[in-house]
Amino acid sequence: MIRGDRMNKKHLAILMTVAMGMGIFSACGTKTSTPTEPEVIKIGVFEPLTGGSAAGGQMTVEGIELANKKVSEVLGKKVELVIADNKSDKVEAANAVSRLIDNDKVVAIIGSYGSSLSMAAGDIVKTAKIPTVGCSPTNPLVTIGNDYYFRVCFIDPFQGTVMANYAFGELGAKTAAIIQDVQQDYSVGLSNYFVKAFKALTGSEASIVETSSYNSGDQDFTAQLTNIKSKNPDVIFAPGNYGESALLIKQARELGITVPILGGDTWEAPDFLEIGKEAVEGAAFSSHFTAAAPVTDVSKTFLTDYKAEYGVDANAFAALGYDAYMLIIDAIKRADSADSAKIRDAIAATKDFVGSTGNITLDTNGDAVKSAVINKVVNGKFEYFTTIEP
Amino acid sequence: MSVQTLFQHLANGISLGSLYALIAIGYTMVYGILRLVNFAHGEIFMLGAYIAFYGMAYTPLPWWLVFILAALLTGVIGLLLERLAYRPLRGKARITVLISAIGASFLIQNLAILIFGGRPKAFPVPDIFSGILVVGGVSISTVTFVIPAVTLILLFALTYWINKTKTGMAMRALSKEYEAASLMGIDINKVISITFFVGSFLGAVGGIMWGIKYPQLIPLMGVIPGIKCFIAAVIGGIGNIKGAVLGGFILGLGEILLVALFPSLTGFRDAFAFVLLIIILLIKPTGLMGEKIAEKV
Repeated sequence: MIRGDRMNKKHLAILMTVAMGMGIFSACGTKTSTPTEPEVIKIGVFEPLTGGSAAGGQMTVEGIELANKKVSEVLGKKVELVIADNKSDKVEAANAVSRLIDNDKVVAIIGSYGSSLSMAAGDIVKTAKIPTVGCSPTNPLVTIGNDYYFRVCFIDPFQGTVMANYAFGELGAKTAAIIQDVQQDYSVGLSNYFVKAFKALTGSEASIVETSSYNSGDQDFTAQLTNIKSKNPDVIFAPGNYGESALLIKQARELGITVPILGGDTWEAPDFLEIGKEAVEGAAFSSHFTAAAPVTDVSKTFLTDYKAEYGVDANAFAALGYDAYMLIIDAIKRADSADSAKIRDAIAATKDFVGSTGNITLDTNGDAVKSAVINKVVNGKFEYFTTIEP
Repeated sequence: MSVQTLFQHLANGISLGSLYALIAIGYTMVYGILRLVNFAHGEIFMLGAYIAFYGMAYTPLPWWLVFILAALLTGVIGLLLERLAYRPLRGKARITVLISAIGASFLIQNLAILIFGGRPKAFPVPDIFSGILVVGGVSISTVTFVIPAVTLILLFALTYWINKTKTGMAMRALSKEYEAASLMGIDINKVISITFFVGSFLGAVGGIMWGIKYPQLIPLMGVIPGIKCFIAAVIGGIGNIKGAVLGGFILGLGEILLVALFPSLTGFRDAFAFVLLIIILLIKPTGLMGEKIAEKV
């Protein structure tokens, strides 16, 4: 036994020496080989390609790749996308961004679908001073206090108000119940803004009859829904991942809940329809863009190109991915440099950039001020209902 | 809370509990016979659901035949798993096999992400399961009756098989003393293979039922149910099949009632299972129905 231990220690010592030696060599290697001006411009992408938000991430990446195919060169250099999967996980999101910055030396980053995932990367891009453009993280906290985080979408105070107006004005609801995913900043934030707006509209504190919660990844919502049913609300607001939400609506219908169920932009995924089937019929949600009502000339070209490339109509996430990429390219052109600091300043100064989702002007927080659309599930398809200006 | 709401909660709890029970049976059976916690059981469960999904989507076979074939095929995968990940380590320290089980679990998870893709698949639910019954204001879907029925049928079939058949007797002999069993002329390899086949078959049935109730398949869908059903098995007394069913029902009902009665504790839903596990281990380490363990050892 003792001898064995000694042998192991000896092996360990040798191994460690070798490892340390290699560490030193590799450190030297990177130092000497880093060129001053890179031959290609690398843009990092961190999106959820697996896990609970996979559909949203994959659709966004499709939009980004389409944009990259269309404009693959800037300042005479090739633009290379480095795509990292953040696995719908906050820890993985932070790792993915660190890897993009430290290993791949990207000059700018696009991502991520999901506010919590974006916020997990916030401090890292801020410290490394790498400008980052979010496609669809709608929680206000993503960009607040972070000079390096921008986004091409509207934010939740607006989205929550839009849905509260729809519930009160369009559906005539006097009472509402909330069911939120407590692990998602997106879901909790959006619910809060909805509650605020709905209470103001109805003029009654008691208009929210029940607020219940669940965790990301939960499959069973029957207990919460049974409680909601006993309170008899006129409408249910249930923002969350498309997968959980589809199951939730299905279970609500099975429990005999017939009132309208509303949500946010994350519901716009074909998976939502496939999992929910006839149960999600009539579900309404706010979104950024719709193929049914193109807003700019860029929207039209984007829609045609997307259909030609992928064979289906584009959705909001692909459009936002497309816009985020184009906005960075535009900023690189205006900055006339692939230097991160200069790109950042150019992005911050973005004004009236014509994107597929509308005209984008970034405010002092780095947020886009844009109109929202309301979509509704009709006959197993997303159907455009109305556009709401900010 | 009205009586109606209470009954609805109970119906929800029984429905979830019977599902846990179904998966816990497979866990506990493998442990009871081999003294091995098969941590890849959750992944077997996931594979069962996916195989059934592909069978329904890409073959013209009727759903019931697809379900049976999927469960059988998953049983074969379980058999292979034992061959590749556990058999080479037989006779080694128990911790080695345990780590191999965890490794196998991660391997299958990641293979599933590669092969099936990260996006969820919608499980095609046969119409027969999607009916809804309303009794005195309490809504119960057909599947809520089907799952407990399947669980109980399998429970009785398995108990009969283990207690009354020759193979069952060989399994019980094996669970008491490996070497003595082999000296008595029992083909250990064959019996262990059968155990894994049946355990994985049960896991697949659990996966298919899960898919019917929660028609969203993702490659990591086996992780949480796997852990919870392991806990259910421990609560009931790991190794004891009836105990696993009891543990499953306790866990399912407990979870639903926790969320129903203390909505503010919803975030602790998964933690509830672990707290229950700790309490059981402190008070009755052999589990609720696990008295027989002392005799077995």
